[in-house]
Amino acid sequence: MISLKGFITRFLSDPVAIVAGTVLLFLVLMAIFAPFLAPQNPYDLMQLDIMDSEMPPSWRVGGDERFPLGTDAQGRGVLSTIMYGTGISLLIGVGAVIVQGVLGVTLGLVAGYRGGWIDAFLMRLADIQMSLSTLMIAIIVLALFQAAFDANTYADYAIFMLIVIIGVAEWPKFARTVRSSVLGEKNKEYVDAARVIGLPPRRIMWKHILPNTLTPVLVISTIQVAEAIMTEAALSFLGLGMPTDRPSLGSLIRSGFEFIFSGSWWITLYPAIVLVMLILALNLLGDWLRDVLNPKLRRGDD
Amino acid sequence: MHILAFLLRRSVQAVIVMFVISLIGFSIQDNLGDPLRELVGQSVSEEERDLMREEMGLNDPFFVQYFRFLGNAVQGDLGTSYFFKRPALDVIMDKFPATFELVLGAVFIFLSLSIPAGIYCAIHRDSWITRFIMSASIVGISVPVFLTAIGMVWLFGVELGWLPAFGRGDTVELPWGWETGLLTWEGLSHLILPSVTLSSIMLPLFIRLIRAEMMETMSTDYVRFAKAKGLSTSRVRYVHAFRNTLLPVVTVGGLMIGTLIAYTILTETVFQWPGMGFLFLEAVNRVDTPLIIAYIIVVGLIFVVVNTLVDFLYTLINPMVKLPGAKS
Repeated sequence: MISLKGFITRFLSDPVAIVAGTVLLFLVLMAIFAPFLAPQNPYDLMQLDIMDSEMPPSWRVGGDERFPLGTDAQGRGVLSTIMYGTGISLLIGVGAVIVQGVLGVTLGLVAGYRGGWIDAFLMRLADIQMSLSTLMIAIIVLALFQAAFDANTYADYAIFMLIVIIGVAEWPKFARTVRSSVLGEKNKEYVDAARVIGLPPRRIMWKHILPNTLTPVLVISTIQVAEAIMTEAALSFLGLGMPTDRPSLGSLIRSGFEFIFSGSWWITLYPAIVLVMLILALNLLGDWLRDVLNPKLRRGDD
Repeated sequence: MHILAFLLRRSVQAVIVMFVISLIGFSIQDNLGDPLRELVGQSVSEEERDLMREEMGLNDPFFVQYFRFLGNAVQGDLGTSYFFKRPALDVIMDKFPATFELVLGAVFIFLSLSIPAGIYCAIHRDSWITRFIMSASIVGISVPVFLTAIGMVWLFGVELGWLPAFGRGDTVELPWGWETGLLTWEGLSHLILPSVTLSSIMLPLFIRLIRAEMMETMSTDYVRFAKAKGLSTSRVRYVHAFRNTLLPVVTVGGLMIGTLIAYTILTETVFQWPGMGFLFLEAVNRVDTPLIIAYIIVVGLIFVVVNTLVDFLYTLINPMVKLPGAKS
């Protein structure tokens, strides 16, 4: 395991990591402090004025300085909706990965440590689920959910549903990673020692083996958040995710798409840029983490 | 384990998966919407409704209804679309050629680009082209497919006006009823933007995969041995190393079919491509239950068939394959 100091040194010597980390930090802070920083509150219907709709960014003819990046068809400031929307995208992304992690780590630990038919069953299930594709499962489940409930009920539970569906559909990635680390750990001496002094299997799994399998979990978590955000954006773009009155970045792009041809490109372009920056920053950090934490690829400098 | 036993086992597994999908399809039909209301509207009295319900067998036990559903499904009867007033399977099959040609175009593009690019990046590890391709591929992975689609429509369809960005153009009907867009320039020109978009999301993944696999095979003993034996570099690379690179690529390609179908829904939505995915989203908005179920079953069938075929193919081309369940 790499030391914290070595980790920071590696981080500061890699310009890509610094840029990606800064972008991510900036977007996260922007989303957390959106209620204090955003020029308007896009959820507050009282602040909206239909006369403000489809205004271009403030530096262009017809722009208004209250709306630096212009407004959308409902008169909401694009900058404000992006700040709030980034928060919703991040919330769903991180929430889904927590669900994936809890499910995947538990099942992977049990499969790897117990072995036998439990292992065979769980890994077969994981294979089938992986091959079905998360996006396809999510599209079908959400389509049915939407067809079965009315729009208001749907809007109320959308965040919850998205977190649960993306979370449950992706557990196999964590489970496989943890399982393979467990298989490598469970024959080591410290595990034998713990077993010999009579510790219960549950304690050995959680207190002794688990801490030694967390490095790869950390690496895939970062990339999984990027993937969850991308999946959520795709679902919202199809109209199966977040409703337009509580938009994520994907639903903002969806609502802007129909105005692209009438010349109001800013409604789509700015949320799209933020979405790509967010996913790219997470992917780059994930790749960097993998290079740093994977002992196979580690250079001899720390 | 004998190869035939493996094939049989794999087919049984495919049947089981289809059985589960049909069960899901049926529970949807059972719980979503009321077929009677769709048929007769609101104007019929309560007694007449009960009578019709009895006649249609809607009061039968779950499994009786399920086996009736399954029996009909096996014969190709997946119910009648509420919106089109035609058999749901016919409606889906009318749209199948459009989606198939879209996927064909995309597969053609990403295979013809990712194989040379992947091999190049594996051989010339430190050249600036490799670095460029690898950096571009991580950007490519980070751009959602619907954004690529919107970008394509905006740039080539609207700003430059080079290529049509909506629909499929005129199609030619082949003798067996297949509507193809591949035979006319107009049809092909409509296909370009959607298939480039669809391939753009798979391309980076395949370049990275082929590169990683190729690098791994290049460092194996048998490749080193082939080199040491004095075989020409190109023979070692393309005959010895690349052939073994293909095996994992085939497997991953098969696993990607589900994802690819999901991406067709996104691509078809942006380009208003009249395929199955576009139809499915319309069916969801109209709560056209029979059509939703028919789509799920058809997609499930495609998925199962492709995965089974890939497994067979893998067994055939890999002499060292260890059949699952075989005791070594």
